[in-house]
Amino acid sequence: MTVPGFSYVGSSRPRVDAGAQVSGRTVFADDIWLPGMLVGRQLRSPHGHARIRRIDTARARALEGVEAVITGADLPITYGILPVSQDEHALAVERVRYVGEPVVAVAAVDAETAARALELIEVEYEPIEETVSLEEAATDRVLIHGEGVGKNVHRSVALEFGDVARGFAEADHIREDLYDFRGSTHAALEQHAAVASCGADGRLTVWSSTQVPHYLHRTLEKVLELPAGRIRVVATPVGGGFGGKTDPFSHEIVAARLSMETGRPVKITLSREEVFYSHRGRHPVLMWVRTGFRRDGTITAMHFRTHLDGGAFGSYGLATLYYTGALQPSTYRIPNYKFEGVRVFTNKPPCGPKRGHGTPQPRFGLECQLDAAAADLGIDPVTIRLRNLVKPFSTTVNYLRITSCGLRECIEQVAAASGFREKHGRLPPGRGVGLAVGAYLSGAGLPIYWNDMPQSEVTIKVDRGGGVTVFSMAADVGQGSTSVLATIVGEVLGLDPSTLVMVTADTDLTPVDLGSYSSRVTFMAGNAALEAAQRIRDTVVEAVAAELGTTGDMLVVAEGRVGVEGAPEKSMSWPDAVRAAIARSGPLAASGSYRAPDLAGPYKGSGVGISPAYSFSAAVVEVECDAETGQVHVERVWLAHDVGRALNRLLVEGQIEGGIYMGLGEALMEEQAFRGALHRGPSLLDYKMPTFLDMPPVESILVETVDPEGPFGAKEVGQGPLLPVIPAVANAIHDALGVRIDEVPITPDKVVRAMRDLAKGGSGRVGPDSPPEFDFGRLIRVEVPEGFAS
Amino acid sequence: MTERMLALSVNGREQRVLTTDHRTLLELLREDLRLTGTKHGCELGECGACTVLVDGTPVLSCLTLARSAGGREVRTVEGLETRGVPHPLQDAFARLGAAQCGYCTPGMLMAACALLESVPAPSADEIREALSGNLCRCTGYQKILDAVHLAARSRG
Repeated sequence: MTVPGFSYVGSSRPRVDAGAQVSGRTVFADDIWLPGMLVGRQLRSPHGHARIRRIDTARARALEGVEAVITGADLPITYGILPVSQDEHALAVERVRYVGEPVVAVAAVDAETAARALELIEVEYEPIEETVSLEEAATDRVLIHGEGVGKNVHRSVALEFGDVARGFAEADHIREDLYDFRGSTHAALEQHAAVASCGADGRLTVWSSTQVPHYLHRTLEKVLELPAGRIRVVATPVGGGFGGKTDPFSHEIVAARLSMETGRPVKITLSREEVFYSHRGRHPVLMWVRTGFRRDGTITAMHFRTHLDGGAFGSYGLATLYYTGALQPSTYRIPNYKFEGVRVFTNKPPCGPKRGHGTPQPRFGLECQLDAAAADLGIDPVTIRLRNLVKPFSTTVNYLRITSCGLRECIEQVAAASGFREKHGRLPPGRGVGLAVGAYLSGAGLPIYWNDMPQSEVTIKVDRGGGVTVFSMAADVGQGSTSVLATIVGEVLGLDPSTLVMVTADTDLTPVDLGSYSSRVTFMAGNAALEAAQRIRDTVVEAVAAELGTTGDMLVVAEGRVGVEGAPEKSMSWPDAVRAAIARSGPLAASGSYRAPDLAGPYKGSGVGISPAYSFSAAVVEVECDAETGQVHVERVWLAHDVGRALNRLLVEGQIEGGIYMGLGEALMEEQAFRGALHRGPSLLDYKMPTFLDMPPVESILVETVDPEGPFGAKEVGQGPLLPVIPAVANAIHDALGVRIDEVPITPDKVVRAMRDLAKGGSGRVGPDSPPEFDFGRLIRVEVPEGFAS
Repeated sequence: MTERMLALSVNGREQRVLTTDHRTLLELLREDLRLTGTKHGCELGECGACTVLVDGTPVLSCLTLARSAGGREVRTVEGLETRGVPHPLQDAFARLGAAQCGYCTPGMLMAACALLESVPAPSADEIREALSGNLCRCTGYQKILDAVHLAARSRG
């Protein structure tokens, strides 16, 4: 089924790599075997915080079959994904800061020899005081980074837009609530893997399951002190990312170093336990939210405080911190807004970006509080949201530029499809429905390192037979980015997308794309592909117009032909048209690029949250709860998503369904939990996630607002749909049982506790009490945007 | 470590492999025979990514000793096609978007294949039950459910 006006855009089409996937022919990083390849393994810290007194590798080195042993002394240069957080060593130097931190690495002829070598390495540690919680980080302890004693604060932020004191003074009703999001991990099914090969010419190639080949390339250049041109990074098809393969990782650098040392290829595949230690998952965030409302539910002011437990290193944490305050105003008009946040270091695996990056936590708090406020004011959950909606083509109080916005349609459609208004407050005891909304970026407005070059570049080359090859560094992490780019190019050139050759994610072959994070690929690489394809088309059309004695504006490029519509004699086949173009203007190749417009607001920190476009979602979740056991059974989920335009309906639905799945897992069971500094269960058995049996039927509704700047109007879908699911579950449980679980995950024990409290005449709330005291630093006051008040 | 010659059939082809007693079927398939279509996500029997069929029964190859497959018929994702024609499950998974990253797909296909061979027209609940030991982090399982239904119908 095609969409009017398009040949391929908008229809449901299989992925271009589906055939390889279902036949087992997709080559993931761990599937690579090279001649003479060695197996690399890392010895990891058993301590949460310790000084390294001594490392003795002599016995490991003496073991037959061991080809190299390296320590932190071999990789002294620090790195980190953000230029301001260059705080990691590939192998620990002098100190370990979390259980599972890599300390020594070996390369051996096989896995068994490598494992024996690790057993022969002696590391003498001197344990030092650990910091494992927000509360501990707020008191004077041994500093995790730096010498001496103090509070383990990584960074703080305090911003005020407008005048919240005035806003609260105008309020008829003020709510103050605390919420806790305990944090989770990605648990992509593919364990991280990297193969490095340093050739006889001294060039290094690294194949890795990474979402960000360009940033890995830069990291290797820095840490290994090699010119960029001596390094090739290839992102192999990624077996699930969700943000978990978006940092440069120790094992990638170590594999490269071991290959340089031995002159042989080295493969390192993390065990599942090691994946849990590599983490970079969802930050635990404790939130304090104060919001003022008028009697009709209109928001007058919001004061939002977030406290992030960041783990042992910076990672993306500075960006995450700002994200916990950035997108609240993207769905609702908040006339006066104050955001204070702090991220602390603890002796746990570093947190980073997971699907929604720093925004699902505040979204949970915001949407739960809005539901509670609606109940206080006697307004229904739909009305209070519609009353505060952000307007299309407007600017938020914190200077986010909103373009197309179908949030109203999303709410109305999801409410109608689910029968929300008829069900809310009216279902039998134990059953309930919950509503929530969300918004997400279609790509971060700024690159991670400051530069004024394009964020996405795409090159297209056409051979003399008409064959089209598309070159892009965007990494397919399962989201289908390669298929999306093929659809865009195929649409412009009138060629079936499945016939295009897609060369992706290879720093030797493809022009730069910053990577598969922040839901940026469809919008940014898509626009670059669109521009490149249009340039190819223009060249071909010009040549054909000359051949046929007509003008370019008379010609249509579709279905493998270029010619005058409805006049077959006045047309050429695509291969003939291409040959005419090459004869006329030489080799047929073109590049396109995309750089987001300058969207930053007039304040420090405004770089986080800006995006050329935002997706919007609304979800309704229906649950059946067992008041005795606390079990929550999700009956059905309805989710409407404003995707701008669906370039491939099948892939869009897949992202929505996957986002709902991951949201339900986080709402009800997933938690990266620790006992002290020790992970409670670094395995897929102990880390609970939904199975086939836990997944309810879902109904996806696509809202297409056709964004003026998106490729064919498209916006993101990879992350946004997760956001409303978690608070919608919490709101549904409240509707079912009358209890408020203000802490995620909502496990049965919490529901039971809340029910007992309710039975004893309590409020039926389970959630955090007062947060520890932090100094958020100097408050930056920002004037509201011009014309905002009107 | 004594090595022994192990004879088994893999995807209809007789194989003789010199292997040790403690080697798993997963290691034998991936490392000795380089049949890398079979995946691993935990090596502890928790995720189902390494599912293969031994004499038609789905097993977790990471928990199966290679020697226990001696003299038996092993089928992996590479053996699903018949003379270049995809199995209806492969066709349905591709058409309906049941694979996103594709990493759980081979194991999911083999578990579904065993189901369809014993229950040609499974109900939704039978599919959910049969595949409940196979984790997928991308799809939310819905399109996998649809694909197994479609494959069952197209096998008629």
